[in-house]
Amino acid sequence: MNLQINQDQINETFELQLTGEVDAYTAPKLKEVMLPLTETEGNIIIVDLSGIEYMDSTGLGIFVGALKSSKANNSSLKLRGMTERVKRIFEITGLTEVMDIESGVKGEAL
Amino acid sequence: MRTASDYIEMNVPAKPDYVGVVRLTISGLANRMGFAFDEIEDIKIAVSEAVTNVVNHAYTEGEQGQVRIGCNIHDDRMEITVVDQGQSFDVESISKDLGPVDGKSVDQLHEGGLGLFLIDTLMDKVEISSEAGVVVMMTKYLHRDEVEEHVDRISPAPSQ
Repeated sequence: MNLQINQDQINETFELQLTGEVDAYTAPKLKEVMLPLTETEGNIIIVDLSGIEYMDSTGLGIFVGALKSSKANNSSLKLRGMTERVKRIFEITGLTEVMDIESGVKGEAL
Repeated sequence: MRTASDYIEMNVPAKPDYVGVVRLTISGLANRMGFAFDEIEDIKIAVSEAVTNVVNHAYTEGEQGQVRIGCNIHDDRMEITVVDQGQSFDVESISKDLGPVDGKSVDQLHEGGLGLFLIDTLMDKVEISSEAGVVVMMTKYLHRDEVEEHVDRISPAPSQ
């Protein structure tokens, strides 16, 4: 029941590798790391979700907030490596329409 | 032969810290009942959304509230009730006030849209009452071969 965030940076490109669960308890930690990155113009934030075992609407809300921030600050936010479960939640809520999601879903997350 | 349902109840502080504990407990019960992997994941999200709503909206700053989660285990279904008041509640009497989620505006329930939408989408039946605090009652049916289909949407069998 935890969330681990590993961060790599090459110039303006930041890659966040998430492992664990994103819920009401862990989402503030994700927001704390991700949101400031979106506030610098030109930053490219790539979030790898292949290690996410669970996500609910609190997590979705953090990504929506980060997306809004990236649009406002001319940075970009990309999601990749979604498992089928996580992808389904994005699809049900219609967020696949607005988010930049890299295709090629990884099914073998475990 | 079992006619009455088994009933499990949890009463936890309305804090983000305990959402995962509730989720894992309900997941364990659903697994015990024989739900498929995808169905268990659906139930986990729905329960977390309901509990998270209470954590975020039910109590004002500084007020230390509780959230009560009741789980009725029937032969063919799991019924989960999430109540946002620390006072004791009588499910029998509350059930009379429950209605379908349709027709109730989110404002009336003072709850977030996405969470409630997910609950409604992932569970087979959802009833909400906001008479005395907010009560969310949700049901997921077991899709055993001998059980008649209760819902219009059936999850595809997991490919092995």
